[in-house]
Amino acid sequence: MKIIVILKQVPDSETKIKVKGDGSGIETDGIKYVISPYDEYAVEEALKLKEKAGGDSTVTVVSAGPDRTVESIRTALAMGADAAVHVNDPALEGADSLGVARALAKAIQDNGFDIIFAGKQGIDQDNSQVPSAVAELLDIPQVNIIAKFEITEDKSKATVSRRIEGGEETIETSLPALFGCEKGLNEPRYASLPGIMKAKKKPVKTVDLAGLGLDAGEVGAAGSHVKILKWIPLPERQAGKILQGMETAEASKELVRLLREEAKVI
Amino acid sequence: MKGFEAPDFMAMDGLLTPEERAAGATVRSWVEERFLPVIEEHNRAGTFPMELVPEVAKLGVFGANMSGYGCAGMSNVAYGLIMQELERGDSGLRSFASVQGALCMYPILTFGTDAQREKWLPAMVRGEKIGCFGLTEPDFGSDPGGMRSRARRSGKGYVLNGTKMWITNGSVADVAVVWARTEEGPVRGFLVERGTPGYSARDIKGKFSMRASVTSELVLDNVEIPEENLLPGTEGLRSALMCLNQARYSIAWGAIGAAMACYDTALRYAGSRIVFDKPVAGYQLVQQKLVWMITEISKAQLLVLQLGRLKDDGRARPDQVSMGKMNNVHIALEIARMARDILGANGIIDEYPVARHLCNLETVKTYEGTHDIHTLVIGEAITGLGAYR
Repeated sequence: MKIIVILKQVPDSETKIKVKGDGSGIETDGIKYVISPYDEYAVEEALKLKEKAGGDSTVTVVSAGPDRTVESIRTALAMGADAAVHVNDPALEGADSLGVARALAKAIQDNGFDIIFAGKQGIDQDNSQVPSAVAELLDIPQVNIIAKFEITEDKSKATVSRRIEGGEETIETSLPALFGCEKGLNEPRYASLPGIMKAKKKPVKTVDLAGLGLDAGEVGAAGSHVKILKWIPLPERQAGKILQGMETAEASKELVRLLREEAKVI
Repeated sequence: MKGFEAPDFMAMDGLLTPEERAAGATVRSWVEERFLPVIEEHNRAGTFPMELVPEVAKLGVFGANMSGYGCAGMSNVAYGLIMQELERGDSGLRSFASVQGALCMYPILTFGTDAQREKWLPAMVRGEKIGCFGLTEPDFGSDPGGMRSRARRSGKGYVLNGTKMWITNGSVADVAVVWARTEEGPVRGFLVERGTPGYSARDIKGKFSMRASVTSELVLDNVEIPEENLLPGTEGLRSALMCLNQARYSIAWGAIGAAMACYDTALRYAGSRIVFDKPVAGYQLVQQKLVWMITEISKAQLLVLQLGRLKDDGRARPDQVSMGKMNNVHIALEIARMARDILGANGIIDEYPVARHLCNLETVKTYEGTHDIHTLVIGEAITGLGAYR
């Protein structure tokens, strides 16, 4: 089976994000980048499927991003993926979800695929659009936010579960299909030290938009339908107020008054 | 709250290769997620988390800077970063890995036969077999040449007699690399397997330090071992010191991990603990301590990075390794003591890792060559005059 994982490199969730003074983006100096955590579930599910499917199954990571993305790609290879395609084109900087999806879809098509796993969303901009758009462009079914995955013996169908309000939804789909992975689907393995050494020798193919036969003017930032106008930092948190030196009854009364009149939340 | 990030004041990260960064990152995640949640409980109980050994093995930690037999084959700098992350967890965890890799797998690889390597190394990489190293004796620590352990030739091999003390992993080891003086004179290394008649290990109780680590006494009472258990490449005490040199290298890095854990704890604590009307981090005396800590950590990092590069190049001298061990453990212990001060009363309870690291580092300062002996190694190197006796 040709198993594909769509991977995005994002700032570590513990990085303190600072918006640039002119609101055109974020300060990238000193940011630590990691694999988007939901994509780790995608990598793990792909590796588990490869181990189960056996034979000449391969896991190929497909990722779009600048040079630094290679480090996250290598981490996925160290976890056990076999090869990668890195779409690296400056024109993609600032491209919208559809543009990125077009580039990824073309790279996946050129590589060939039987099944595709992605994180349910990237944890940076949280759009959750790219996986669905890639599935549309490849004209295959997609189920997003899956928490369980099973495949039939003949690998023609998959049964997946989604958590929904108050229960669980079980969906069967034909393959090929794309699945967006949710937390709880599996426990992603750690990249092992021998795995890190092996990953150095695994093939990472770098392509730009022209190499994919795509027009940077259409797919890249220049052709974006969505434009981010301004980045605004969250307002500084105001200092709290502590009610001191009052009896409980009196303090409660004062608290209610403040919540109603000052904070205006009740 | 924000998770731990290894302090990197001097942006040393940029001097590392991607594999070195990845090695540190993967071990750091494992320690954070799998080891830190259980360490205080083990430390209280005085037990080593043996149940985690298969996971450490799966990461590929054991003998990670060695090649072949399933070892990861990483650079010594990557190996150092791995040791740093392990000791950020606990000195006992790093000691377990140092003993398994540097003190048991390394001599089998370096001084052993192909048969010995085949028998032990793959199983030790997988953590299925555990090793220990018996050099120190109750009356001979810094002067191992005085050892009383003897290896006497007998028809089928050797008969070993003696006592070894302060042996990490002693009672859990499947194989011990035991050093004993032969009738011909030189000290040589022998493999003694668990279950060999006359060989026993007793755990040392009542430790205030290295509580989450097994420390034992080995007793060899007319232990008969076959000829094929001699490590044929060992030639005197020099061979034992070669092993210690490997282990000391890993300590030089490991100590930084313990120091980082203490610094990180102290920095956070100082930022949130209000005294009078502001965080204690806002007072000059506290800042002076924190600044000293991060400065010493940064210097220590650069020292071992260069030491690692020299080692990768085959040029690291034993006295340079001594400087790494001597300095980094010394500053780590001082940092732990300062961190404990900054935490006030909270510095003595195990809600914070500081007192545990502090007590552990008291051991690290005197094992694998005491601080004073390493000082004399460097002293001899620069003056040409040995001042040991």
